[in-house]
Amino acid sequence: MSFPWAEEYRPKSGFMRWLDQRLPLPRLVYGAVGGGYPVPRNLNYFWNFGVLAGIALMIQIVTGIILAMHYVPYDQAAFRSVEHIMRDVNQGWLLRYLHANGAAFFFIVTYIHIFRGLYYGSYKAPRELVWMLGLVILLLMMATAFMGYVLPWGQMSFWASKVITGLFGAIPLIGEPVQSWLLGGYAPDQPTLNRFFSLHYLLPFVIAGVIILHIWALHIPGSSNPTGVDVKGPQDTLPFHPFYTAKDGFGLGVFLILLAAVTFFAPNYLGHADNYIPANPLSTPSHIVPEWYFWPFYAILRAFTVDFILGAKLWGVLAMFGAIVLLFFLPWLDPSPVRSGNYRPRFKQFFWILVLDILVLGWCGGLPAEEPYVMISQVATIYYFAHFLIILPILSWTEKTLPLPNSISESVLHGEEREAAPVDLSGVRPATAAE
Amino acid sequence: MVRLLGILIGLGFVLVTGISLGWGVYAYVTEEHEESVEHAFHLEQRDIAFSFDGPFGKYDRPQLQRGFQVYKEVCAACHGLSYVAFRNLEDLGYGEEEIKAIAGQWQIEVPAVDPKTGEASTRKALPADKFPDPYPNEVAARAANNNALPPDLSLITKARHGGPAYIASLLTGYRDPKTYKNDHGKPLPADVQPGEGLHFNPWFANLNIAMPPPLRDGQVTYADGTASSLDQMSKDVSAFLAWTAEPKLENRKAAGWAVLIFLLFATILAYLAYQNIWHGGASRRVRQTGPLDPENMAKRDEAKSDAGIAG
Repeated sequence: MSFPWAEEYRPKSGFMRWLDQRLPLPRLVYGAVGGGYPVPRNLNYFWNFGVLAGIALMIQIVTGIILAMHYVPYDQAAFRSVEHIMRDVNQGWLLRYLHANGAAFFFIVTYIHIFRGLYYGSYKAPRELVWMLGLVILLLMMATAFMGYVLPWGQMSFWASKVITGLFGAIPLIGEPVQSWLLGGYAPDQPTLNRFFSLHYLLPFVIAGVIILHIWALHIPGSSNPTGVDVKGPQDTLPFHPFYTAKDGFGLGVFLILLAAVTFFAPNYLGHADNYIPANPLSTPSHIVPEWYFWPFYAILRAFTVDFILGAKLWGVLAMFGAIVLLFFLPWLDPSPVRSGNYRPRFKQFFWILVLDILVLGWCGGLPAEEPYVMISQVATIYYFAHFLIILPILSWTEKTLPLPNSISESVLHGEEREAAPVDLSGVRPATAAE
Repeated sequence: MVRLLGILIGLGFVLVTGISLGWGVYAYVTEEHEESVEHAFHLEQRDIAFSFDGPFGKYDRPQLQRGFQVYKEVCAACHGLSYVAFRNLEDLGYGEEEIKAIAGQWQIEVPAVDPKTGEASTRKALPADKFPDPYPNEVAARAANNNALPPDLSLITKARHGGPAYIASLLTGYRDPKTYKNDHGKPLPADVQPGEGLHFNPWFANLNIAMPPPLRDGQVTYADGTASSLDQMSKDVSAFLAWTAEPKLENRKAAGWAVLIFLLFATILAYLAYQNIWHGGASRRVRQTGPLDPENMAKRDEAKSDAGIAG
């Protein structure tokens, strides 16, 4: 790995020099998260969430590995083994509640991290690959979380696995063979449980690998910042350590307080009561819902109710996957040279509508598929696709943006209100990384 | 190019969702909405306070013992408690000998193998045994209960929305379907009157439950002399079932407070360290030109007063 930004590592002791010459690990750490990585000095608290997501993954891996020592991936015993963990394993209740709520918090911080990227234009050149690798991580997280939810083999586990794998069944011609290939049978059963356990153990390490690529790609241009203006010189930056390690330490404390509050005092609040009923293939729950972090996508899936050329179900599946796939094209759908939403007044308004829209989708996704919630989720689905595929491309052509500060340190020095006078930027290109 | 394609695909999705929406709106406007009977008559659990509510709540041991007595004398005839062992009753305040006696005298024996013949037999329960199921299998359970299956109660308060308050509401919630009127004064329609072997209970999701009213005033004679009203017994057995579902609740809350106090302290220290690093001497040593330099701060204040910004 080489980081064009990183300052030259100078070993302070003889041992570190000896080590660095043979295995440049100190150099790597110094350049990646140490004093050698210069970071824009104006990052706000929204830049804490990447580190928090990484820590959330570590919590999941540590608690998960210990849970796997006690869990039995056998359909007649899985539910009982989870209750064994809750009752008879030392601190097993803590491990399981921490793992279940840790997953929820992993998604909370990841979603905030993604919205940070959407608002401040972190997906734009030269960070397109950082963004796309991040989306790969999101998809892997979703697959991992879904398979983890199946493992307790409760009612929701069973029926969620049936519904989600059933989505693949909507694909024409190959759908049903694909579905039974995924499940290892015609319905969720022992083969499903066993392979989901295996993959649930594997994928977090794949996520960790993609995170390394994500950070590597990030360190080539370096972190973006709330102004979206490129770093011009050393006066614009601070070394990651100790400045941002200290800030992340505080952020971590707040994150852990919130996680502990939910884990210890409302551990089942984010879960579903039906998953405390053992799986029963003969009894369908009246209301099948996935975990809350899938609700916006579940609402999009259910928004398609009418066959039109393709079947309604296939439209729903296409739209649900499309809702994430389109994000891969975001750097080219929104090529506005201004990165930060702070300098794009119109974009800012649409951004907040999008946030509201996704919250509405999430709310509808958790409710039964009844009117008027289906109509509300249809309106919200229309906005979701219109926002990314229609509004953003047009906006990047027509929008009048605000003038950018000349540099990060200038914007810090002056306070930004002073420069806030609207000017037509259509003919003017602000600084890009190439300069 | 990507933008043009994006707009086309976007219009496609908007169109298809719009068709679904239009159809939905048309159906919503033209079709009559009949309120479902469940919606009109189903009731949310009553607002019942338990000693273990809230971040400081603890189980009330005498109440759990009373609840266990109700379970033993009434519920255990049909409902299992298969995730709980007799030894766990220690948490309720029973001594070792008492638990041995409870297990040894339990009305159902534990499946075993005859040590001489190898044939299936039963033996008396030991403290290490889980509570034996009242029926050998589901078929037997259904055969004895008019084809209904009495659920295992170990996790019932976590497996139902509303938790222990729901269980207590349900146990006290049997009403006469002939005379019952809902909050709007509507009587129960004739076509949803309970069928053969079913019992009307507005707290149950589909209003008619197979379980006959299990408790009536004075059914159990409490060992501690508490008057055994229906309400009292329902609350006691619900509290007991909250314990069977979440036996580590007290450990959890105690650990939670210790963790929160530690984290609060650590976070305050982390905040002070952060402020110290950013605003202390170190930042000036590292970057002479930073915004927190006294010189730069003076410049900023000057710029602010020039611009007429207060503070």
